[in-house]
Amino acid sequence: MTNSGAGEMFFWGVLKRDLLLSFRRKSDLVNPLIFFLMVASLFPLGVSPEPTFLAEVAPGVIWVAALLATLLSLDGLFRSDFEDGTLEQTLLSPQPLFLVVLAKVFAHWMMTGLALTLLSPLLAVMLFLPVEGMWGLMASLLLGTPTLSLIGAIGAALTVGLRKGGVLISLLVLPLYIPVLIFGTGAAQAAITGLPIAGFLALLGAILVLGLVLAPFAIAAALRISASS
Amino acid sequence: MADKKWMPRWFYQLASPRWCYDITGKLLPLFAWAAALLLLGGTAWALAFAPADYQQGNSFRIIYIHVPSAILAQSCYMLMAIAGAVGLIWKMKVADMVAKCCAPIGASIAVLALATGAIWGKPTWGAWWVWDARLTSMLILLFLYFGVMALNSAIENQTTAAQSTAVLSLVGLVNIPIIKYSVEWWNTLHQPATFTLTERPAMPFEMWMPLLIMVLGFYCFFAVTVMLRLRNEIVTRERRSGWVKDLIQTQFR
Amino acid sequence: MGFESITDFLAMGGHGLYVWLSYAIALVVVVLNLMAPLRTKKQIHKEQARRLRREQSQI
Repeated sequence: MTNSGAGEMFFWGVLKRDLLLSFRRKSDLVNPLIFFLMVASLFPLGVSPEPTFLAEVAPGVIWVAALLATLLSLDGLFRSDFEDGTLEQTLLSPQPLFLVVLAKVFAHWMMTGLALTLLSPLLAVMLFLPVEGMWGLMASLLLGTPTLSLIGAIGAALTVGLRKGGVLISLLVLPLYIPVLIFGTGAAQAAITGLPIAGFLALLGAILVLGLVLAPFAIAAALRISASS
Repeated sequence: MADKKWMPRWFYQLASPRWCYDITGKLLPLFAWAAALLLLGGTAWALAFAPADYQQGNSFRIIYIHVPSAILAQSCYMLMAIAGAVGLIWKMKVADMVAKCCAPIGASIAVLALATGAIWGKPTWGAWWVWDARLTSMLILLFLYFGVMALNSAIENQTTAAQSTAVLSLVGLVNIPIIKYSVEWWNTLHQPATFTLTERPAMPFEMWMPLLIMVLGFYCFFAVTVMLRLRNEIVTRERRSGWVKDLIQTQFR
Repeated sequence: MGFESITDFLAMGGHGLYVWLSYAIALVVVVLNLMAPLRTKKQIHKEQARRLRREQSQI
């Protein structure tokens, strides 16, 4: 009992520290959101500003933009800890690495995924997404973006020791994002046409649970490998 | 080692690069002959003797390349991930080498499967590329191969590279069924009821027998290329050991 | 034999281009996959032999 209590305390400690750190460096917090906004506004400019067309592609565009924005923020996830030696200390400490990793990913999600979800209605209005689709889009983003953070953290952990991490992470992680993208846009599109979206959300939730169970192990293993070199 | 009793002896012999080099040297000619016979015989049967399909005509003969390469590309990924896991768990160098050899071969086979799929699509669907569920899954598999290869080449330290790629390929292996399921679902949503290239009612014997021969031939060919690459890898990594020096000297006398 | 003549065989009922292109690509992939390791093998052995000779001449 005391043991799990200590673990919980530890989890919240790491979470608080990571949140504080990213609030201190505001650019890390804001840049992915600006990127999200910019990418989505490229589509009307690059393809067509016609409302019917935009309404049709809006779920896909918003999802792809969210995916890329998450990708952009991944590189810094473990890098500062790796460079200042905090990571090595965490690896040596008796605390379960599983919890540290989970706390860090959770903090990352709050800074990117959650923020993107909250920002998405703005983009939805700009892209003429029908009002009925709004809840589907937000719900799918809320359930899907944590998975993006979890999978992305595996890529970040694998490349943390490398200088040219940026493009490499995208190559490793993007193919793994495809199921989330498919079911996420599926949910939004179903909501627009008035179909039930519970099935999609259940699928996204199932993927999230699978990620929560398996990804921390992969991230922890990847961190140990990267730190040992 | 406490768990030494649990494993059969060959498992520990496999861990020895020298033993592997010797055994692959003996197996190579066997597999090379098998691959040559199966592939030549299978191709002749497939091109000249198998009956044409009543719907697709002679373009159906592409199946004898497309299906074996698609199967092989997937098996190769599985082998790569399993070998990587063995290398991670038992710190077995040879397993790491096998995993490293698999990536470029698998990627080239996936390219072959995609190219033949695209070519087959032209007479069947009238377009060089169709977002068919199987082709799309194969494309994503190719992306997974690219990721593994990029990671492997980006890390200089050999051990770290092997371990990192093993973790990545295991994550990919867990993802493959999810990707397949999601892509199939997505495909039915966007293109209902198009008939797929390879799904068909029961094939007659003269059609599936050459297919089986080609699949076996592709597997034998795969074994040959993996062994060739593995032997190179062993010689490079063990170049400072006595037996490799002896080997080089006897070959260049 | 499913074909009447050799031209028939090459034409593949109008699908000759697709069928032969597929088999040609398969041949290229197979040959490349065999050539690449064989060439590296030659290279490695040459390199190692040179290294050995150098080491022996130093002794």
